[in-house]
Amino acid sequence: MTETSRADESASAADAGAIAPPRAGRPRFARMWDRYGILGVLVLMIVLMAVLAPNFLSFDNVFNVARAASINAILAAGMTLVILTRGIDLSVGSNLAVCGIVSVLLWTSGMPSVVCVLGGIAVGAAFGLLSGALIAYLALPAFIVTLGGLTYLRGTAYLLTDGQPLIADDLGFRLMGSGFFAGVPVPVVLMLAVFALLWFVLRHTRFGTQVYAIGGNPEAARLAGIKVKWTLVRVYVIAGACAGLAGVIFSARVMSGQPTAGETYELDAIAAVVLGGTSLMGGIGSVQRTLIGAMIMGVLSNGLLLMNVPYFYQLIIKGAVIVLAVAIDSLKNWKRA
Amino acid sequence: MSTPPLLRMSGVSKAFPGVQALTDVEFELHAGEIHALMGENGAGKSTLIKMLAGVHTPDVGTVELDGRPVSITTPQHAVDLGIAVIHQELNLAPNLTVAQNLALGREPRTRVGTLDRKRIQRDAVAKLDRVGGGIDPDAVLGTLSVGMQQVVEIARAVAQNARVLVLDEPTAALSETEAQRLFSLVEEMRDQGMGLLYISHRMEEVYRLADRITVFRDGHWVGTSPRAELEPQDIVTRMVGRDLSDLYAHEPHTPGEAMLEAEGIGDGAGIGPLDLTLRAGEIVGLGGLIGAGRTEAAQLIFGAERIRTGRLRIGGQAVDHRSPIDAIRNGVGYVPESRKEQALFLEMSIRDNVVTTGLGLDQVSDFGVLRSGRISQRVAAQVDALRVRCSSALQRVAELSGGNQQKVVLGRWLAIAPRVLLLDEPTRGVDIGAKQEIYRIIDRLARDGVAVLLISSDLPELLGVSDRVLVMRNGSIAAELSREEATEETVMLHATGVAAGSR
Repeated sequence: MTETSRADESASAADAGAIAPPRAGRPRFARMWDRYGILGVLVLMIVLMAVLAPNFLSFDNVFNVARAASINAILAAGMTLVILTRGIDLSVGSNLAVCGIVSVLLWTSGMPSVVCVLGGIAVGAAFGLLSGALIAYLALPAFIVTLGGLTYLRGTAYLLTDGQPLIADDLGFRLMGSGFFAGVPVPVVLMLAVFALLWFVLRHTRFGTQVYAIGGNPEAARLAGIKVKWTLVRVYVIAGACAGLAGVIFSARVMSGQPTAGETYELDAIAAVVLGGTSLMGGIGSVQRTLIGAMIMGVLSNGLLLMNVPYFYQLIIKGAVIVLAVAIDSLKNWKRA
Repeated sequence: MSTPPLLRMSGVSKAFPGVQALTDVEFELHAGEIHALMGENGAGKSTLIKMLAGVHTPDVGTVELDGRPVSITTPQHAVDLGIAVIHQELNLAPNLTVAQNLALGREPRTRVGTLDRKRIQRDAVAKLDRVGGGIDPDAVLGTLSVGMQQVVEIARAVAQNARVLVLDEPTAALSETEAQRLFSLVEEMRDQGMGLLYISHRMEEVYRLADRITVFRDGHWVGTSPRAELEPQDIVTRMVGRDLSDLYAHEPHTPGEAMLEAEGIGDGAGIGPLDLTLRAGEIVGLGGLIGAGRTEAAQLIFGAERIRTGRLRIGGQAVDHRSPIDAIRNGVGYVPESRKEQALFLEMSIRDNVVTTGLGLDQVSDFGVLRSGRISQRVAAQVDALRVRCSSALQRVAELSGGNQQKVVLGRWLAIAPRVLLLDEPTRGVDIGAKQEIYRIIDRLARDGVAVLLISSDLPELLGVSDRVLVMRNGSIAAELSREEATEETVMLHATGVAAGSR
C-alpha cells in the first residue's frame, strides 16, 4: 500500500512537470512526519509515562527500560535487514534459546568466557546461514523456512537441556547481562554497538546498498549484476548472529540456559521493525528507526508495569498500540494517494 | 443550438504542491468520435485522465456530461456516470476466469443467496459477443495474452454502460496482430456511439484511428484539430514547441574490429542458434515481432539466461557468462525493456541508482566501504553528460519523468565504460524531446567505439538509428539488411516470414 500510493503520487507529480522539485507532491508537514513522526511518538509516550507513572524518569529506571528493551532491540536490528530484503525470520526467538544454552554448555565444559560468548554468536550465525541458503539457493519462501526453524530450534533447545533450565551460578560472562560499562548497563552498550555497526553497514558499505537494491527491486538487482543470492544469505547470517548475541546476553542475565527463552520474541522484533516504519514490502527503512520502535515498546512495557497494570491488560494495550501506530502510518499515505 | 457534447471540460486547472499540472484546459469529446490526446510526458495527460477517473478533482473549472455539470469524486462515481478508463496496467483479477472477471463486484445471486453460476456464464457470453466474441468465458484470465485481457476489460466497460471510454497507451504491450484487433474494436465502439479518448505516443495509430487530435504541452491546451488538417510534423511541433525534423540525425559510423562475436548461441529451447557480430563503433538494429526472441537473445549475451549451445567471444577472447556480473566484468551493459520493473530502484536516489551495478559498487568502494567522494564524482559526470533534469543527485528516481529515468539507467552503464551496450527498447514510453537526446547519446557512444545493439519495435527509430539491421523470427535471425536495404517493408517482410530470401 505504502509503495503504490507513493509511486502514484510521484508519477503524477513527475508527469505534471517533467522536472518535479524534490518531494514536490508532499506538503512540508508530511515530510516532517515521515522523518520525525515516529520519534515524536516516542517522546509523547515518554512524557505520558512520566506524568502517569511514578519514578518513570528516575535515573535507574531509564536504564531499566533500555536494558529490558535491549534483547528485543538486538533481534530487531537483524530483523530489519531481513525485512528490507522482503524476507522474514521467524526463527530468531528459538535461535536465541539455542545460542544461550550453547554458551552456558561451553562454560560448564570448562571453556573460557570469550569462547562461550563467541561460540554462542557463531551458532546463531550458522543457523542463519542454513536458513539463508535454503531461502536463497533453493528459492524456498522465507516464511516457511524460518517457521520450520522456529520449531526445530525450539526442539533443539529442549534436547540440549533435557527440558530443564541449565543453571550456572559461576557463569564467567555474567557481566554481559548484569555489568556496567562507564555507568551504562552492558546490554545497553552492546545494543548501541550493534545498531551503530548495522547503521554503518547499511549506509556506508557496498553490502548495504545491495540490501536496499534487492529489497527495492530484486529483478533489477539481478540484471545490474548484483549477487542477489549471496547477499540474501549474508542477511540471514547477520540476523542469526544478532539472535546469538541476544541469547548470550539472556543467559548471562539469568545465569542459566533456559530452553523456553525467547518464546514469541520473533514477533516483538517484527513489531519493533514495523513500528519504526520499515516497509514489509522491502527496500524502505533503517535500523535507527527500528531502535526507536524497540524503545517505544520498551517504554510502554515499563510504564504499564510501574502503573501496576495487570499483565493481561498490558498485552491488550501493547497489541492495540502496535496496530494504532501502523494505522496512523498508513493513514498518512491514504491522504497522499 | 445543437446537442451539447458528451463530455466538456472548460477552464480546468489543477495544481499539486510545487507543480502546476494543468492550466485553464479546454477539452470536448463528442459521442461517436475517437479523440486522440497527445503530448510529451509531463504535458498533463495523466492528470486529465485521473480527473475523469475520479482520482483527482479539478481546483477550478467545470466538467460537463451531456451539458450537465458533474463533479467526479470517486472512481466508483466515474463508473456510475458512464466513464471507463482502461489503464496500461489492467485492473482485473488474473486468477479468475473471464466470466468471473466480467461479473466482478456485481455477481448475480440465486434466490437462496448463493452465486448464480449459470447466469454469470450466460451474461459473459452476451458481454463478450458485444466486443466481437472469440474469447472463452471459462479461460483463466491470466492465461490469455495481454491483448485479449484488454478486450475483456473493454467488454466489462461496455457491460457497465460506459459512454466515455478512455484508453491510455493501449497498444504499449500488444503485438501487431493484437493491436490490429484492438483498432477494429475501437472503431466499432465509436460506431456504436461511444466517445473514445485515445492516448498514444504512436503517430501511426493516431492517424489510423483519430477523428480529432488535441495536443497538450506543459499543462496547457495547445490546440484541437480534425486529423485531416494536421500533418504529423505539425503535431510534433505543437507537442515540443520546436521543430524536430532532424530527430535521428544519422551519419554512418565507421565500424572497427569485431567486439562481440556470437557463434550459434542458443538457450537449448526456442532461441538460437544465433550468429551475430557487433563491431566497435557501430549500431546494429535488431528488429522483429514481439515474441521473436530479441530480448532473449540479448539476455543470453548478458548472462541473464544461460547459453546452452554455441560460443561467445568479446574483444577476441572466448567468454562464459554464467550470470550478469560476468558479462559486466567483460564490459557488457544491458538496458532492459521495462525500466521500472527491470532496471530502476524507484525508492532510491539518482546517485544510488547510478552506482548500483555489481561492478560499479566495487569501483566506488575500498574493502566494501563506499567512498563518498568517488561516488559523487562518478555520478556528477553522468548526470552532467546525460543532462538528467533533476533538483539534485539525491532526488528519488520515482520523481523523475520517464525520459530522465531512462537517462539514469543509461548513466549506470556508461559509468562502467562498456565495450558492448545492449539496448532493449530504450525509448519506450519516453517523450519526443528525450528520445532525441537518447539518440544523440547512442550516437556519441558509437563514435567513442562502443558496439551497440539496439532492439526496437519502433520501425522509424530502428531504421533511423542503426547502421545495419538484423531481423529475428521464431528465435533465429531471418535476415541481415544493410542501411540501404532496410525499409519498413523489408523489415516487416522478413519479420513475418513473407520475404522469399528469408533464412
